[in-house]
Amino acid sequence: MAESPFKADIEKVQKEYGEKMTPGAIVYIPGSSVVNKTGGWRVFMPKFDKDKCIRCFMCYTLCPEPAIYLDEESYPVFDYEYCKGCGICANECPTKAIEMVRETK
Amino acid sequence: MPMRKVMKCNEAAAWAAKLAKPKVVAAFPITPSTLVPEKISEFIADGEMDAEFIKVESEHSAISACVGASAAGVRAFTATASQGLALMHEVLFIAAGMRLPIVIAIGNRSLSAPINIWNDWQDSISERDTGWMQFYAENNQEALDLILIAFKVAENERVLLPAMVGFDAFILTHTVEPVEIPDQEVVDEFLGEYVPKHAYLDPAKPITQGALGFPAHYMEVRYTVWEAMENARQVIEEVFDEFEKKFGRRYYMIEEYKTDDAEIILLTMGSLAGTLKDFVDKKREEGVKIGAAKMTVYRPFPIEEFRALAKKAKVLAILEKDISFGISGAVFADAGRVLVNEKEKPILLDFIIGLGGRDVTFENLEEVVEISKKALVGEKVEEVNWIGLRKEIL
Repeated sequence: MAESPFKADIEKVQKEYGEKMTPGAIVYIPGSSVVNKTGGWRVFMPKFDKDKCIRCFMCYTLCPEPAIYLDEESYPVFDYEYCKGCGICANECPTKAIEMVRETK
Repeated sequence: MPMRKVMKCNEAAAWAAKLAKPKVVAAFPITPSTLVPEKISEFIADGEMDAEFIKVESEHSAISACVGASAAGVRAFTATASQGLALMHEVLFIAAGMRLPIVIAIGNRSLSAPINIWNDWQDSISERDTGWMQFYAENNQEALDLILIAFKVAENERVLLPAMVGFDAFILTHTVEPVEIPDQEVVDEFLGEYVPKHAYLDPAKPITQGALGFPAHYMEVRYTVWEAMENARQVIEEVFDEFEKKFGRRYYMIEEYKTDDAEIILLTMGSLAGTLKDFVDKKREEGVKIGAAKMTVYRPFPIEEFRALAKKAKVLAILEKDISFGISGAVFADAGRVLVNEKEKPILLDFIIGLGGRDVTFENLEEVVEISKKALVGEKVEEVNWIGLRKEIL
């Protein structure tokens, strides 16, 4: 799986800001909301079938998070640390290469 | 030299705003406060005041524009009353939680229903849990002074909380009194230019304000508001001291009048304090050991000062123009919290008085004293008393 492009930001936030409260709870580091991993909100997770994928980029374009990146061959990669399981990718995929399956934890 | 002018309290509030030099004033007209933004827009139109006056479509928008302005890093001011303040309600919490030192001038007015434009304190008292500091003025001069004080306290780095300054509808808002207008240079020295340290919108240093707070952080953010309000007690004292040095007028969290040997002490806020002082003089001549006290700061509640006052009295009668249905007046309920674990405490009585512009007369105050005297000799009396009710129409 591709590494999160936010990794450097997360490390910067944790190093410089930590968890210490600021007056008015102001967040001083742009992009630092990535420390809040939202994957835990998910009930259904997208299951990807590479054989059906035509690399149309619809899922990549429409993911609201965004939690879908492209690998070197331009196939989608799902970042399950942030994917909330909204199912838009599965709904929009023209070849039904993405299926939402109930996740058991 | 300070200039003395005869003016209504609303004008005094506008003068205070002019002297404080806010960069943004966003306001919506409402009786009895309309004259405040009217006068301010006049100052701006005449080139005497350099502020952006935002004409908004509601009080919700007025306070929201102030939140935006303050978050962007400038001093912001507004004025409202009654339903207008109630409409601001949800945004008041936001201003406090985001630690924005906005100041609101309030012409204290009753709330509907029935619709009523006259004085009581129900509007601002009902906002006591929002995290805003609350000051109450006895007269027009105090309203002007307390607005300047409110800005100074609100902007202190140990506080950073918004503040409201209340003055009684019509009794003050539309009544002319001589008011000393301090020199602009002295006010500039006192207040200084507002340079926010913790914020605010700067493209070179982007930040996020008002973000989502998960259960893992929400309580801590709320606790910092609690801490800031606790810090405000000390800061208010310091600012009162500095104000006295600069302007020669002294303010107290609770101001006492003839309380030293008093058996009965009448405590109130706002313009009623003036009436009480006259009444105390009259009763003293009759030989009644009675005193009065005026609470100038309601949030943060002056806990230590209140305990010190309570030690002097055998009966402490709270006269308040508000009611929290199902319990008592709000000040009485707070006073209970303050005294509950004290070993020695006076009999505490609550008197709901002067709601919706009902005049408070000496006859009303005699009734308060009669009930207090009964309590003093051990007779059982009601803890919460509605004074001046027209029983014949009930």
